[in-house]
Amino acid sequence: MSKAVSALAGAKASGLVAIEERGLQGMITLRGDFASAAFKKAVKAVLGVDVPGQRAVAVQGEKAVAWMSPDELLVMVPHGEADAIVDALSEALKAEHHLAVNVSDARAVFRLSGMDALVREVIAKVAPVDMAGFGPGQIRRTRISQVAGAFWQPEAGVLDLVCFRSVAQYVFDLLKVSAMDGSEVGHLG
Amino acid sequence: MLTLTCPYCGVSGEETEFHAGGEAHLKRFISGSTDAEFDEYMFLRENPKGVHFERWRHVYGCGKWFHAARDTNTLEVFGTYSAQVSEPPKEIKDKISAKRPGWSWRNFK
Repeated sequence: MSKAVSALAGAKASGLVAIEERGLQGMITLRGDFASAAFKKAVKAVLGVDVPGQRAVAVQGEKAVAWMSPDELLVMVPHGEADAIVDALSEALKAEHHLAVNVSDARAVFRLSGMDALVREVIAKVAPVDMAGFGPGQIRRTRISQVAGAFWQPEAGVLDLVCFRSVAQYVFDLLKVSAMDGSEVGHLG
Repeated sequence: MLTLTCPYCGVSGEETEFHAGGEAHLKRFISGSTDAEFDEYMFLRENPKGVHFERWRHVYGCGKWFHAARDTNTLEVFGTYSAQVSEPPKEIKDKISAKRPGWSWRNFK
């Protein structure tokens, strides 16, 4: 099998904040009925976390589960474990109407880190989101300038952003411009 | 610019995060219908100055379709509601009545 590589091979840039393509990240799209007890049980058993509430992210060690829509979760796991976890989820949800797909190689992940206000400001410039009310524990799917993306903050001062792999270069360049030295607005205290 | 609240993910977003999907609550007339019914379903649309009902999709967010009631003149959004209904829920109608007494739209009032 060919060797997996990430979209931008760990490209880095710095300005107001540090921007880094995070390399390989295992990602699974899991869809099903959140109200079903069997679904909740399967998520808990395989991933070790409860199904997160609306627009929330639940983190458990190297794994994270994010709420993407009323019937869709994004599961983040180490890249090499994704297939095994898809199998485990499919097995646990055998009797349920569901969908579990390994989408790791269809995505790119970026990490912004630096001063918390600046990290949020860099995003505020490119997404129609009120970043004053955004913080750790939440996920927001939205528009990153011209493309779809989602982001969340694992902790203050750090922000992870996912987008489709095909637009990885665009998003990287966009973030670089948004974080250009001297371009701070200072609106977010 | 419109600010819409997606009833599925609770996000209050601005218009560019959504995509308009045309007039709401259309009843389909296809095979077996009369020419007049098909003509009305296919080609005739409301174009009000005032209260209007539309379908929208949260295209950059959760991806769900929903309904919105708004004023085409002032761009005021009266409310958004589930896509799985064939007419506006009572609380939306009441909200509109409070602000635009005597409104009507197609056969709703």
